[in-house]
Amino acid sequence: MNALNLKALGNSTAAELLRLRKWSAIWVIVGAWLALSLSFGYVFNYVAYKTGDDNFAGDGAGNAQLLAELMPNAIPDVIVSGLPMFGGALAMVVGALVAGNGFGWGTWKTVFTQGPSRSAAVGGSLAAVSIFIFAMMTATLVLCAGVSVAIAATEGQSITMPALSDLAQSFGAGFLVLEMWALLGFLVGVLAKGPALAVGLGLVWSLVVENLLRGVGSLLAGIETVTEALPGTAGGSLAGAIIGGPNGTPGVLDAISGERALITVAAYVLVAAIAAVVVMRRRDLA
Amino acid sequence: MNELVVETDGLTKRYGDRLAVDRVSMTVMRGEVYGFLGPNGAGKTTTLRMMLGLIRPTAGSASVLGRPAGGPEVTARIGALIEGPGFYPYLSGRDNLRTMARYQGLPATEVDRVLEMVDLADRAKDAFKGYSLGMKQRLGVAAAMLGSPDLLVLDEPTNGLDPAGMADMRALVVSLAEAGQTVILSSHILAEVQEICDRVGVINDGRLLRESTVAELRGGATLRVRATPEDAALAAVMQLAGDEGVRRIGNETLEVDLPVTAAPEVVRHLVAHSIDVHEVTVAERSLEDVFFEMTGNNKELVS
Repeated sequence: MNALNLKALGNSTAAELLRLRKWSAIWVIVGAWLALSLSFGYVFNYVAYKTGDDNFAGDGAGNAQLLAELMPNAIPDVIVSGLPMFGGALAMVVGALVAGNGFGWGTWKTVFTQGPSRSAAVGGSLAAVSIFIFAMMTATLVLCAGVSVAIAATEGQSITMPALSDLAQSFGAGFLVLEMWALLGFLVGVLAKGPALAVGLGLVWSLVVENLLRGVGSLLAGIETVTEALPGTAGGSLAGAIIGGPNGTPGVLDAISGERALITVAAYVLVAAIAAVVVMRRRDLA
Repeated sequence: MNELVVETDGLTKRYGDRLAVDRVSMTVMRGEVYGFLGPNGAGKTTTLRMMLGLIRPTAGSASVLGRPAGGPEVTARIGALIEGPGFYPYLSGRDNLRTMARYQGLPATEVDRVLEMVDLADRAKDAFKGYSLGMKQRLGVAAAMLGSPDLLVLDEPTNGLDPAGMADMRALVVSLAEAGQTVILSSHILAEVQEICDRVGVINDGRLLRESTVAELRGGATLRVRATPEDAALAAVMQLAGDEGVRRIGNETLEVDLPVTAAPEVVRHLVAHSIDVHEVTVAERSLEDVFFEMTGNNKELVS
């Protein structure tokens, strides 16, 4: 990629960031993600802790265990727990909206006549989505840190932050899982030439089909091999590897090893990005 | 003026069994306003999309500004409004233009300049989704003019504009042309094309029927003479214009294939033959007349 293309890519990224940050639909999704992370990561567990051992959210866990999960030391686990289920689904919606709406609104057509190459324009859009996902993950980390420190202070517990390496590993894994789903959503948006079908198919796939296949896979060895290569399995297993195995959170798995999950997720990120660029470069915008 | 800005060679686009554009070879010169005419579905927009690289030709080629169509080095020098404006509905007009300007690496001052040109500065803060069709169209033209492109491609730019807006758009295109801007203007409004364009290309059923100056296309003016008695007038005028140069067109009127400057001589000749001359007028074919003759379409199809 020469200097001119890098400049075009930078221009395209700046343009996409401008329009993404002013898009209320995107902020609604961020808000939903943060609210869900907060609710399932802290609010329900804290209510369970405060109201005793025998309740729905505690699932039999003792108060000490519940409190430990609310402490700053547990941030690495908390920030990846919600990713395989609703985090991935929301990221997929972001990708599908960003790519798919460009066809209905005619904005891809307008952008492609503004000067950047198609590779630069689509690359800029993918880069903007990635930056957005990174910011979303950062906001999650900051929120979780703030809430866990507040709970620790409220409950008179010592504030012990997790090791930086654990935090970095968890953050990186979480970013990769969200990035994978966002770029897969982007690719489906490109293939479907619109957001509605992309969002619908994407959600059904990520929330329903993969779970059903995993259910069938436990009965049929051939299917199990296939499910091990699916994005949901890879994302769930990567989160599982960070947490140390399934912890009862839907979607968190130990179907494949952490290393294999990491490679599979990274492969999906690369393939989705390259496929989206290739398809857009070759497509007629009629 | 004679530098080629656009040159297509056998440009063809086929969708399955349907031939949308059939071996179109056309040229656009630097500094001219080129009118691209044709009824709905004739292949105008498909041809323009191929020029811009939005769709790939099935066969043939298009060269724009000396390079193959569609490359970033070409599209960076073209401004285009193709088949309606495409913008982000949730953004304001200004933010839409800022986004498009960023794609080109242009400063914000460029946005203000084009907003002024299309008279949208006062409504620039309003969301695009709240714009009228005419305002959306003007924003599309503004986006096309970002960065002062070498070639402006406007596909039906007056769609949705009220008469005042249409007049403003015409004035804008004329002022751009006077500044040396090369413009390809696709339009249904033939009077508009006749008024603005230097040359025109007429396309129908995917084929380019004719490409010439507006004056050549319309042909020369003819004389119409109403005189009585008609038979005597016919015989007298034939002495000047020849047997094939005079036609009866009804209401005691003859159409005479003589230049307008011959009118006094025709009148003197008729009077000398004791023929009463009631009226002499100059008849010019409009671009619309020529267009309908060439395309065989009725007026409802293109209005």
